Amino acid sequence: MLKKTMSAAAALAVGSLALTACGGTSSGADDASGGGGDDTITMGFAQVGAESGWRTANTQSIQDSAEEAGIELVFSDAQQKQENQIKAIRSYIQQDVDVIAFSPVVETGWDAVLLEAKRAGIPVILTDRAVDSEDDSLYETFLGSDFVLEGERAGEWLVENAEESDVDGDGDVNVVQLEGTTGAAPAIDRAEGFADTIASDDSIEVTASQTGDFTRDGGKRVMESFLNSEDGIDVVYAHNDDMGLGAIEAIEAAGMTPGEDIKIITVDAVKDGMQALVDGKINYIVECNPLLGPQLMELAEQVVAGEEVEPRVVTEETTFTQDEAAEVIDERQY
Amino acid sequence: MRSASSRVLSSTLLWPLLVLLGLLVVNVAANPGFIEVRVQDGRLFGSLVDIVRNGAPVLLIALGMTLVIATRGIDLSVGAVAAIGGAVACVHMVSAPDESALGTAIVACGLALATCVALGLWNGFLVSVLGIQPIIATLVLLVAGRGLAMLVTDGQITTVNNESFRTIGVGFVLGLPVAALVAWAVFALTALLVRRTALGMLVEAVGINPEASRLAGVRAVTIRWTVYVFSGFCAGLAGLMIAANTSAADANNAGLWIELDAILAVVIGGTSLAGGRFSLAGTFVGALLITTLAATIPNIGIPSETNYLFKAVVVIVVCLLQSPKARAVLRRRRTASATPAPPEGPPAGDPAPAGESSAPTLAKAGTR
Repeated sequence: MLKKTMSAAAALAVGSLALTACGGTSSGADDASGGGGDDTITMGFAQVGAESGWRTANTQSIQDSAEEAGIELVFSDAQQKQENQIKAIRSYIQQDVDVIAFSPVVETGWDAVLLEAKRAGIPVILTDRAVDSEDDSLYETFLGSDFVLEGERAGEWLVENAEESDVDGDGDVNVVQLEGTTGAAPAIDRAEGFADTIASDDSIEVTASQTGDFTRDGGKRVMESFLNSEDGIDVVYAHNDDMGLGAIEAIEAAGMTPGEDIKIITVDAVKDGMQALVDGKINYIVECNPLLGPQLMELAEQVVAGEEVEPRVVTEETTFTQDEAAEVIDERQY
Repeated sequence: MRSASSRVLSSTLLWPLLVLLGLLVVNVAANPGFIEVRVQDGRLFGSLVDIVRNGAPVLLIALGMTLVIATRGIDLSVGAVAAIGGAVACVHMVSAPDESALGTAIVACGLALATCVALGLWNGFLVSVLGIQPIIATLVLLVAGRGLAMLVTDGQITTVNNESFRTIGVGFVLGLPVAALVAWAVFALTALLVRRTALGMLVEAVGINPEASRLAGVRAVTIRWTVYVFSGFCAGLAGLMIAANTSAADANNAGLWIELDAILAVVIGGTSLAGGRFSLAGTFVGALLITTLAATIPNIGIPSETNYLFKAVVVIVVCLLQSPKARAVLRRRRTASATPAPPEGPPAGDPAPAGESSAPTLAKAGTR
């Protein structure tokens, strides 16, 4: 009997542990029910996860600027899973927060939960990643980078530097692409923008493309394989810095010099990536600015006050060559 | 009674080996350079070398998993434990006064392994002492473990700069990858220990019937506890390799889903999830098969959208080939159609009964 009770208690403990870790809707303040009554705006934010340095900088920016703006932030980490995000958004609806913001893990499958938020009268702001939905009344605005533009910028640099990028001098620039997580908006759009731009130059061709899941390990493994299976790779185009950093490791292990024997273009401009750019291991980085916290809080205040906002707000971004990176690296926050 | 060929045919290792061979053939057909191994800067270089090197963590974790499964348990926490191991090591090195010293790397690895052994102790305690179902007991760390790892790394990807530490992941000794050598050494030692002593038999006995083995004088609790600790140790070592591979601890992605790969490797190798019977050689082949499969996808250029499907198809083929029932059906059909030359060349209509692979084990166990 005692044994039974004990195992039941232990199972219960396990269950509650699992719940807190999965749901992760940890509210910073004591008043989790939030919303409505007073003047303080309560924002429910469902983050993708903490998969990269970029993402943690993004989280940090949102948390800091919420505090600055006096907005009460209810934050959750979805650990890269859509179902966790949907759960978090549903719990925000139940808590009756004033505004919901989130970065969708994937592009599709949001209509049902967004409709629930709409019916509950809670405005939704998308940050960083878009959703693919016919009904754009489901969210107020989308604040974030233009991933297609990022892909285009990466492609433009390559078209302009096509001659130097043809490392083996055979007249063709063979590009291998390390894609982000399959189905994620940045992966789709960065590939699309890049492909559209390099189409203007017949000598540039993407010869192989495979997902590296936005991680260093993934980028390294895929690059190892490409180095063995593809002949005459001139350029690596990685959808984020981390995969590019993994590719650098693989290229070095193959006895080649990254940045010289194989040119590398990445997107993001996180610290480790910028360092590699300064060190000459990466040739070009298109910035994807994670510090959108202040803009988000401003939009949230406007939306809650019932003001009209632009349906699409693009974050300010730039690009870095090796020389430009050397100048700014010391003042970068992330 | 049974001919040599039928014994080979009914070996559970045959089909995984054939599928492995098939995968290699497909790879070479798609890209003849796949099989090439050349010497580069005094070490071996090529796809096959990458496979054994990248396969080391899966092999280690599958090794621990084999023993756990043999006791009728399962350890779902290995991926998270690996992430914690990598995180502890990297964070210690970054905060140490001399980040790049050999001593720092050794202390960091020692700390990481100690942490993982402690986590194994926790799993083992829940399962063997408290009697919680293994799948639930290890689920605790599967879910909470990555949170712990993120707590350790502060949610950041921690990059370290230590050449000695890097060696575990990407180093070479005598031209061979260190990661693979370490994994093989642990594997060989374990094989010696469980097969040359009574330990393996005791593990099997506990797996078949914990209560009966306890009554027979086997210290079932200790044995079950020990296998979880060992699994934690293996996961920690694998975590160090994964972290060293990119010189960074990524709490979110290090060893993500590796528990599934490891379980798959164990099952493909012919170890039954019902416990009691295990095959270390089978696990070795299984781990190799899983890693080769992962390497096949970029090599033959399967688009990202379909790579999971491809993986699943190969796995289901292996499982079907191994299933006694499916094999019996195949054999019957082959006999019925009476093709002039059966592709595998075994005597058609060999009277090996279906399901025999599990029968002798029970008999064997009964005699012990």
